[in-house]
Amino acid sequence: MAKFTTKPNELSKINLIPPQTEWMDTPVEIKEHMFCHPAKIKDLETVGFPNAREWKPTEEDWKLPDNWERTILEGMQSLLKKYRSFSLFMDICVRCGACADKCHFFIGSGDPKNMPVLRAELMRSVYRGNFTLAGKILKKISGARDLTVNVLKEWWYYFYQCTECRRCSVFCPYGIDQAEITMMGRELLNLLGLNIGWIAGPVAACYMKGNHLGLEPHTIKSSIDLFVDDIETITGIKITPSFNRKGAEILFVTPSGDLFANPGTYTAMGYLMLFHELGLDYTWSTYASEGGNFGFFTTNEMAKRLNSKIYAEAKRLGVKWILGGECGHMWRVLSQYMDTWNGPADFLEVPVSPITGTKFENTRATKMVHISEFTADLIKNGKLKLDKSRNDHLKVTFHDSCNTSRGMGLLEEPRYVLKNVCNHFYEMPENTIREKTFCCGSGTGLNASENMELRMRGGFPRANAVKHVHDKHGVNMLANICAIDRATLSASMDYWVPGVAVAGTTELVANALVMKGEIERTLDIRLEPLPGKEASEEVN
Amino acid sequence: MKILFPFVAVMTLIIVVVAGVQFANLQFLFGVIIPYAALVTFTAGIIYRVIKWAGSPVPFCIPTTCGQQKSMPWIKQSKLENPSSSLWVIGRMALEVFFFRSLFRNIKTEMREGPKVVYGSDKWLWMSGLAFHWSFLIILLRHFRFFSVKVPYLIHVIESLDSFLQIGAPLFYMTDAVILAAVTYLFIRRIALPQIKYISLAADYFPLLLILGIACTGVMMRYFTKVDVVGVKQLAMGLMTFNPVIPNGIGVLLYIHLFLISVLFAYFPFSKLVHMAGVFLSPTRNMANNSRMVRHINPWNYPVHVHTYEEYENDFREKMKMVEIPVDKE
Amino acid sequence: MSLKDLLLEKRAAILKRWLDAIYQTYPAETSIFLQKQKDQFANPVGYTLAQGTEAILDGLLSGADTESATPFIDSIMRIRAVQEGAPSRALVFIFLLKGIIRELLGQSLLERHLAEEMALLESAIDALALRAFDSFVKYREKIYDLKANETKNMTYRLLQQARLLVEIPGEYQDDEENTSDKSKPKEVAK
Repeated sequence: MAKFTTKPNELSKINLIPPQTEWMDTPVEIKEHMFCHPAKIKDLETVGFPNAREWKPTEEDWKLPDNWERTILEGMQSLLKKYRSFSLFMDICVRCGACADKCHFFIGSGDPKNMPVLRAELMRSVYRGNFTLAGKILKKISGARDLTVNVLKEWWYYFYQCTECRRCSVFCPYGIDQAEITMMGRELLNLLGLNIGWIAGPVAACYMKGNHLGLEPHTIKSSIDLFVDDIETITGIKITPSFNRKGAEILFVTPSGDLFANPGTYTAMGYLMLFHELGLDYTWSTYASEGGNFGFFTTNEMAKRLNSKIYAEAKRLGVKWILGGECGHMWRVLSQYMDTWNGPADFLEVPVSPITGTKFENTRATKMVHISEFTADLIKNGKLKLDKSRNDHLKVTFHDSCNTSRGMGLLEEPRYVLKNVCNHFYEMPENTIREKTFCCGSGTGLNASENMELRMRGGFPRANAVKHVHDKHGVNMLANICAIDRATLSASMDYWVPGVAVAGTTELVANALVMKGEIERTLDIRLEPLPGKEASEEVN
Repeated sequence: MKILFPFVAVMTLIIVVVAGVQFANLQFLFGVIIPYAALVTFTAGIIYRVIKWAGSPVPFCIPTTCGQQKSMPWIKQSKLENPSSSLWVIGRMALEVFFFRSLFRNIKTEMREGPKVVYGSDKWLWMSGLAFHWSFLIILLRHFRFFSVKVPYLIHVIESLDSFLQIGAPLFYMTDAVILAAVTYLFIRRIALPQIKYISLAADYFPLLLILGIACTGVMMRYFTKVDVVGVKQLAMGLMTFNPVIPNGIGVLLYIHLFLISVLFAYFPFSKLVHMAGVFLSPTRNMANNSRMVRHINPWNYPVHVHTYEEYENDFREKMKMVEIPVDKE
Repeated sequence: MSLKDLLLEKRAAILKRWLDAIYQTYPAETSIFLQKQKDQFANPVGYTLAQGTEAILDGLLSGADTESATPFIDSIMRIRAVQEGAPSRALVFIFLLKGIIRELLGQSLLERHLAEEMALLESAIDALALRAFDSFVKYREKIYDLKANETKNMTYRLLQQARLLVEIPGEYQDDEENTSDKSKPKEVAK
C-alpha cells in the first residue's frame, strides 16, 4: 500500500513492477474482460459434448469431473497418434524466439505468455512430463511439469487468447504452427466441458438450424426480403432470389453473420445485386445456410459434422458446383479440410463460370469457388459494367484475413477486384499485409463482448497499420473478405482509428456495379446519399 | 539454475573423462566403447524418432501459405512460397533447410524510427544460426580426413576453401572462428535478452555449452597443443575398420573432445536437437497447397453424426411452406 | 539559468528516464521488446509510448497549452485503457515525470532557487494528469459503448424485422467518432 509519505520516485513501485518469476512459477491470473463466458449447458448437450455443467472461470473450483487428469492425458496420447503436426511440434521447438513478437496478442498486451513459443510451452511442458523419458527423469530441469488444476486453467485462459491466425508459423524456421497446438488444446479442454458460450452457442445453433445465428428458414427468407426491398430503393430493380431450389446450377453459401449484422448485411446485398445482374442460375439454402464453421474452434469431429451440410445440400439440390461468399476461417476449412472430411464431391462438376466460360481448375477437387475468384474473372473478361466514381468518396485499404492468406493464399484476387471498383486504393505497410497480415484480434470465436479489452489489445497492431494509411492517405474504408472482420474490425476501428468504416469487398463491387435498367443511383448500398450524385432535391 | 545446471553437467563430463583417462587408464572405454555406443544411440535414436513421427499420419493438408495461391492463369502464383506441386515443395524445403528462409523473414522491416537504421536482433539470429549450422557441417565433413585412408577429393576442396586465408601453421580454418563466435553469440543472446531468457530451458543451454566445449578442445588441439595427428588418425581408422587400437600419446584433450562429441551424439535424439530430422517432416512446410485440386486422404477419417436435411425439414416444414420454400415431403 | 534552460539541457536524459520508468511497468521480457523493436508496425505500443512521451515533454518544456498535448495523451491512454483496468496503474506514468525531473535536477534546484518555477511545472504536470484521467475515462466508456454498439449492429436487422425501429427524421449522431453508424435510424422500442 502507498503511504502518505511516498516519495515521488517510489510511486512506480506501488503496484507496477510485475513479478519477476520464471513462467512456470507464475500461476495464471484469470482477469476479467480477458476471457469469454463459459458455454451454456444446453448448447453443449445439443451436440453431445461431455461434462456440461455450470462453472465460473474466476471461481477456485471449476467443478472438474473426477479423473480429469486421465481424460486429458489419454486425450493427448490419442491426438499425438492422430496428428503428425502435434507429435512433431511437441518435440522440435528450439525456442529461438523468432515467433515471440509476431503475435498480435503479445504485441498488444505485453503478456509474455502470449508469445507463441510460450503458449506452446504451456502444453509442451505437460507433454515432456508425461510422454518423454527425459522429462520423467529430469522433471523441471528438462522443462517438464505435472498436469495440475492451475496448468489446466492456464491452458484454458491462453488457448482462448489465440486466434489460430498462423502468423507465428510464417516466421518459424520449422513451420511450427501455434494454430495446430491451440486446436489440440481446445480439443482437450472440450473433453472436460471447458468451452465458451460464444463458440458453443453458434455451434449448437448451426447444428440444429443450419447457421450460427440460429435463423430459421422463414427468418432467412424475410431477412433477404428486406435486402431486396432496400435494393429496390437504391436501384429500382426488384430481385427475386430463390431458396432450396432443386436443379439450380450453383449453390451459394456464405456466413450467416452477413444476413443480420451490419455492415455484413451490405455485403449480402452486394451478392444479390451481382448475381441478379449476371442472371446467375443459383440458389440459397436454408439448410446449408452457414459458410463459417465455429465447430472448427472446438473439435475436429464437430467441425466435420457442421461442414457436412454443404456437400449434402449440394447433392440434394443437384447443383453443378458451389460458390462461396466472403469469410476467413470458412475458407481455410473449405480449402484444407472439407474435401478430406466429407468428400469426394464426385457428384459435382469442375466449376465453370457460366458467364465467362472460365473453368476453375484450381478447385477441381472441392468444386467450390471463392467469390473473389469468381468476380475477378468476371472483371478480367469485361463482363461487368462498373462506375468506379461511385466509390470516389472512399479511400480504401485492404485487410487480408489470416485464413485466406496463410491457409489458402488468396491475395491478388480481392486486390484486383478492389482496384477495379475503386479509384483510391492504398496498401498498408508491407509487414502488416498478405502473409504477414495482422489478425483482427477476435477470430476463432473470441468475438464476444465480455472480452472487449482482450479484443482491443489483439486488434491494436492491425488498427495501428490502418491508422498509418488513414493519417497518410486519408483512408476511410477498410475493405476485407471476412464476416468476422466486418463485425469486429468495426469495433476496433471505432476505438483505435475513428473515421474508418469497414466493408466487405462485394459491397464496394455492388456500389460500382451499373445494372441494366437501374434508376440513377443517388444512394449507396448503405442507403446513404452518394456524394456528388445526390438527387436534385435536398436529401435530409 | 537453468544455466548453472547445464554448466555443471558439462564440467562434470570433462572431469569424468580426465579422471578416467589420467588416473584409471580407461582409454579404451572413452576412446572406443563410448564412441561406438554413442553412434549406435544416435543412429537408433534418430530412426526411432523419425519412425515415431512418421507413425502419426498427416490427416489434413495444412501448409502455411506464404504467397499467392495457384488460381487463374493470369494471376501470378508465388510458387516457392505457396507451392502447388512437389517440385516447388522441394524448392521451398531447400530454401528452408539451406538458407533458413523463414528466419530470414524477420529482417524485412521497411520503416524505421528516425533516419538512423537500427538493426534488430532478428537479423543476428538468422545470421548466427546460419553461420553456426554451416560451419558445424563443414567442420564435421573436414573430420572425415581422419576416417579414410586416402583423403577424398571433396574433403580436400572443403579444406582448401576453409583455409584460403593461408594464415598460420597449421593453416587456420575460418569455420573454427565462425563456430566459436556463433555459439558464443547464441549463448549470450539467451542470457542477455530477457524475452529469450524467459523462454529458455536448461535443455537450451546444455547443447550450446557442450558444443562450445567441443569446439574449444578442437581448436586447442589443432592450434595450441598440436595434437599428434598420426595417433588420432590411427585411433579413427581403428574405429572405422572395427579394429580399434589405442595409440600412445594422443593426450587427454582428445579424449575430452571425443567424449563430449559422444555425449552430444547420444543426447541428440532425445532433445530438441532432433529438429535436424524433424524439419523435413513439418507438414506446414513440406506439403503442396493443392487440397482444392487433389483430395487429401485422412486415414482415420470416420463417419460422424450429422443433422440431416430430413431431420431439419421435419423441424421446420410448416414454417418453410408458409413462406413458399420448397420442401421434399408435403 | 532558468528552470526551462536547465530542463532543455537535460531533455534527453529526462525523456530516457521517463520512458524507462514506463517500460518498467511491463514484464521485463516485454519491456525489452517494447524498447528494442523500432519498427512502428511490429511494435505499435512501444512506438506510441516513445512518440507520445517525447511530444508531451516538449509541450511541457515549451510551455504550450495542455490542450496541445491532448492527442498524444489520448493515443497513450487508448492503449493503457485496455491494458490496465485500474486508473492508478494506467495514469502513474504522468506522475513519474515529477520524481524524475527532481532527481535529475537535484541540487541545481536548490542552488538556483528554482523552487517556485518547479512548483509551476509540477502544476502543469498535474494538469496533464487530470487531462489523462479524462482520457482514461473516455476510453473506458468507449469500450462499453463498443459492446452496446456491437449488440445493436448484430441485432439491427432483427429489430427492423420485428418493426421495432422507426426513423426519427432530422436526428443524427453528430459525434465525429461514431462515423460507422452515423446514418442509422435510432431505435425506439414501441
